[in-house]
Amino acid sequence: MPSIKRHKFKLTTEQLQEMLYWLKLIRAFDERLSILVRQGRVRSGVYSSIGQEAIVVGTCFGLQKDDYIAPLHRDLGTFLMKGVSPGVMMAQMYARATGLSKGRDSALHSGVPELGIFGNTSMLGANTPVAAGIALTYKLEQRDNVVLAYFGEGAANTGDVHEAMNFAGVHKLPVVFICENNVYSYSMPIEKSMAIEDVAVRAEGYGFDGVAINGNDVLAVYQATQGAIARARAGDGPTLIECKTYRWHGHSEHDPAFYRSDEELAMWKSRDPLPTFTTYLRARDVLTDELLLEIETRVRREIDEAVAFAEDSPHPDPSEAATDLYA
Amino acid sequence: MAREIAYMDAIREALREEMARDPHVFVLGEDVGVYGGAFGITKGLYEEFGEYRCLDTPISESCIIGVSVGASLRGYRPVAEMQFGDFITCGFDQIVNQAATLRYRYGGRVSCPIVVRAPVGGNVAGGLYHSQNPESWFVHRPGLKVVAPSTPWDAKGLLKAAIRDDNPVIYLEHKYLYRRAKGPVPEGDEIVPIGQAAVRREGGDITLVTYGAMALPSLEAADRLAKEGVEVEVIDLRTLSPWDKAAVFASLDKTNRLLVVHEDVKTLGLGAEISAVIMEEKFDVLDAPVMRVTYPDSHCPFSHVLEQANLPNADKIVDAIRRLAAY
Repeated sequence: MPSIKRHKFKLTTEQLQEMLYWLKLIRAFDERLSILVRQGRVRSGVYSSIGQEAIVVGTCFGLQKDDYIAPLHRDLGTFLMKGVSPGVMMAQMYARATGLSKGRDSALHSGVPELGIFGNTSMLGANTPVAAGIALTYKLEQRDNVVLAYFGEGAANTGDVHEAMNFAGVHKLPVVFICENNVYSYSMPIEKSMAIEDVAVRAEGYGFDGVAINGNDVLAVYQATQGAIARARAGDGPTLIECKTYRWHGHSEHDPAFYRSDEELAMWKSRDPLPTFTTYLRARDVLTDELLLEIETRVRREIDEAVAFAEDSPHPDPSEAATDLYA
Repeated sequence: MAREIAYMDAIREALREEMARDPHVFVLGEDVGVYGGAFGITKGLYEEFGEYRCLDTPISESCIIGVSVGASLRGYRPVAEMQFGDFITCGFDQIVNQAATLRYRYGGRVSCPIVVRAPVGGNVAGGLYHSQNPESWFVHRPGLKVVAPSTPWDAKGLLKAAIRDDNPVIYLEHKYLYRRAKGPVPEGDEIVPIGQAAVRREGGDITLVTYGAMALPSLEAADRLAKEGVEVEVIDLRTLSPWDKAAVFASLDKTNRLLVVHEDVKTLGLGAEISAVIMEEKFDVLDAPVMRVTYPDSHCPFSHVLEQANLPNADKIVDAIRRLAAY
């Protein structure tokens, strides 16, 4: 795995601080959602990304507005980083009329074309052919935009992911495939779902490069993604980046995750991407106690405001239950 | 000016004219490029419009549809060819879960203008996997439109309408009609609006509702019965979703008797839906129960003898109409 020091894409102090803000915001958003589910205020559809935030931040940081993302179900933070406000995102989770889908569906099952966000269905991996289609149009128009297509190691076993990576490889499409290998597809550990150690090796079968990296290291993720993006923008085709990580919560907030050991969870919690990064920032004198407090205060305020916005938002009107089916 | 051309040539003409008219229209599918399609429908388009507007794809139906959805999100109007309608099952998820739901779950902020062309139907020695009639699966799914032309005129006009429609449209072209159906087709921009049935033959005694290749034996049966003094009004639905209730109701008001003929199997075929709607909304005008002549609930066998036993034909339709008239 590339070490944290080997980066060639330079980040300014402000950019490093901004990365920390996003990590904190996304962590806080998911932590609040978890509480809201237990309180019965958000009913379902919550797939926590806690423990995996470095992938979201490392991949989305520095994307252009007209680059496209096609995230997996757990990557709520990608929507925030691409420009959806925390309030609208919270309203989406609350199934309110002000949410992205106006209450029709929850979580990431909606999208925002003008922000370059594609929202997938619940069929994991089904986003990747769509991502390839978006990338095909970039190629046709000779634009230097890219598409980030995310899937878990579980969805890596779907036909869609295979078909999409093959198609993207054939046409050298500007797609970066991000595999978030969080060890479990719902309850199934990876060793029971594939006979290889690294999903990344599958890239060779599609004619492009694959790399397995430490997905809990936001800078490693950023460097790998920027490298892949540079190749894609230059017309050199797709890359597969497998980010090794771990899901702290269950598959959804309703899953107690009894199928794994406390020791395993504790081991992965010791690799929490947030303190890893703050330690790094402190060592480089990028982070002070004052700034940390400022970021945490801002994050708390933004999450509070998002919840207030969602709770103050109206429920959808029953007359909208069967509208917007046809253009 | 209308000339006599074959059904398959009318489809190609619609594709060619729409591609020339709108640079965002492109064709993709298996063997559609250099080879010109398994049935020759796309012949010449690769040479005229280039590799990426007549795109050969791997055998990846799900990816073909997913790529189409992705391209549609960037303003394109892809026309995806399923080599055989039977293979549409391999792209089923991308049609019913991805394309059909997109607008609804995006809160009405996008549309999904894709066309999926599927060569369907039997009586071509195709056996189990080259003969199927999948229309009910898609008629059953909100968010999709389904059309099934029976004449060259409609084949061209409905495909143009489908390409210009902002919704996903399943375009079912019947293989039996490719060369056998010849007739007048207007040169240039004649659109057949989606949702409008055509009265193929007027008559005051029985209303016969049909579509696709079954229009031929239906008209033959009507001609035979006319010699016995029974006047059958033959309605060709042309669009299966949304089907033209007004046209069926208007005819039924005149005849008070309804027969539905389709090549799809009986159980939950379109005839079941039409019959149920008639029960709910037009029960008082009926002089006899709604009757159906359909494929039995069976697969399509390869043996000519077996297939002919299953297929509806003029004899079976004449027999049903006699029973209906005598009721």
